[in-house]
Amino acid sequence: MKAQPTPRVARRWLLLFGLVFVLLAAVVLAVVIGPVPIPYDMVVRIIVSKVVPNAISVDWTPVQEQIVWMFRLPRALLAVLVGAALSVSGTALQALVRNPLADPYTFGISSGASVGAVLVITLAAGVATGFTLSGAAFIGALITTIIVYIIAQQGGQVTPGRLILAGVAISYALSAITTYLVLRASSPGSNSAAVALSWLAGSLGAAKWEQLGIPGFILLATTVLLMLQSRQLNALLAGDETAASLGVSIQRFRLQLFVLTSLLIGTVVAISGAIGFVGLMIPHIVRFLVGADHRRVLPIAALLGAVYLVMVDIIARTLIAPSELPVGIVTAAVGGPFFLWMLWQRRLTGVLR
Amino acid sequence: MNIEIANVSVAIQSRRIIEDVSLHIQPGQIVGLVGPNGSGKSTLLRTVYRMLKPEAGYVRLGGDDVWKLSARESARRSGVVVQEAPSDFEFTVREVVQMGRTPHKDALSLDTQTDTALVHAALERVEMTGFDERLFSTLSGGEKQRVLIARVLAQQPKLLILDEPTNHLDVHHQLEILELVRSLGITTLITLHDLNLSATYCDYLYVIANGGIAAEGSPEATLTRALIQQVFRVDVIHTKHPSRDCLHLVFMPLTDDRHDEPPPQP
Repeated sequence: MKAQPTPRVARRWLLLFGLVFVLLAAVVLAVVIGPVPIPYDMVVRIIVSKVVPNAISVDWTPVQEQIVWMFRLPRALLAVLVGAALSVSGTALQALVRNPLADPYTFGISSGASVGAVLVITLAAGVATGFTLSGAAFIGALITTIIVYIIAQQGGQVTPGRLILAGVAISYALSAITTYLVLRASSPGSNSAAVALSWLAGSLGAAKWEQLGIPGFILLATTVLLMLQSRQLNALLAGDETAASLGVSIQRFRLQLFVLTSLLIGTVVAISGAIGFVGLMIPHIVRFLVGADHRRVLPIAALLGAVYLVMVDIIARTLIAPSELPVGIVTAAVGGPFFLWMLWQRRLTGVLR
Repeated sequence: MNIEIANVSVAIQSRRIIEDVSLHIQPGQIVGLVGPNGSGKSTLLRTVYRMLKPEAGYVRLGGDDVWKLSARESARRSGVVVQEAPSDFEFTVREVVQMGRTPHKDALSLDTQTDTALVHAALERVEMTGFDERLFSTLSGGEKQRVLIARVLAQQPKLLILDEPTNHLDVHHQLEILELVRSLGITTLITLHDLNLSATYCDYLYVIANGGIAAEGSPEATLTRALIQQVFRVDVIHTKHPSRDCLHLVFMPLTDDRHDEPPPQP
């Protein structure tokens, strides 16, 4: 049996490279579009000149350079990171608990981050810089993750059902705290309630180069680690007993998945706020396209999640310009109907399996 | 491969499920575990495929305690088909069979031509060639069971473990699956509810009751009237299978005077 590249395999590669190209195009588009339009060729030249100094003679103004390099590009790249991270962790978490409804927010991680962030916004409004906000959100996410995992344990075993129940229960409790904090802060003459609400809806507006390094590294490391364990993820989807019989140490593997994805989610939620929908729906759309095998799902999910969030952020910035919509609202508003349409079009199922 | 299951005891949440059970499995044999619901058959199997750690005794495959082996190495020695609720995630038949290669692959290794050939051969062996691209969830019960056996064949285990492989299958597919298992020639440990199927297809039987062995031996020597009355709480007439040289049992409810009078023999 000689493995011949079939049309299906060729289509999958086309999808992969197509998505890489679309992602690059989307990032350039995100930098082009804005209150001050900058031609796309200038965008490309500014980026190239930054990456390879002195390669291109400067024919743009310092302001244009600043808009591209200091504001729009980091924001677009943050969208890439957050979209890919949410999508990858959603894929892994759905396999972890073998439940198609699981997403990065099922396990209370984002609710924990929200409490941390809202605490800082409402109680220490004066000192709430971007970094203390992210730090508080990350610590909130971390503590919640640990609590959920400890509660879900029973005699050294963590079952999917207990993990979901513990996560959802803690999520509700933390949402109550967040709501209370926001209500308590909403007094005349104070805008901290509005700030808190807009953080809760998610935003990529605070993107800075310094913030991209750590999440970028964690995203890359986590995605590679998960891809190396694609076979184990597949086996886990077939059931605990089957996975064990195929040589997967289930308890150790679950703990490892939970730690990896929590770290990734905690990192991006801390910067971007609670952006919903991406982690739940992108993995499903990807499975529609290429089937359930994680060797294909993970890379495609990372790319599609990134493309999706970059595009959605463009809409969030431009729809009611000069104001901005919180990106979390747009992800759900655009994605929900699109996903329903996909469900309706069942013939899309498995075109690239 | 040498298979030793010796003095195994299992407790789940401090309730004793299996008490000091030892099985002797000769290479190439099909060894059946029969017993009423809740007798501990499946629990015993789970200790063999390293899902449950016995609190006493040991399971050794090829001379090594399965709990001293890595999960992967253990999975290269024994392969399992269990009854497990299917998940909502849809795999194709080919992907399901490919999973059998999991314990043989490193994180970085890609599917080789050997893997592809093994998957193809396994599907051929269970007569499911051409079903590669079908979604597993769209198959009938008998087809699913055959694909799961193909998966375990691709795993190339020395010991095959089957937990109720005929459950929910119609009579045609029950026989089909067991004929297939018989023809594989792999040492097999199997649980069955149907005593007549166990009498027809197993070389050796263990009757499990209340977490211990109630009887063992060839089907003819094991499934005596007294044992069936005591363990399965039904009465029985022993007959000969009309076309095969094996035991055939006819069951009926126990009556109060069961110990006084033998049932009418045909």
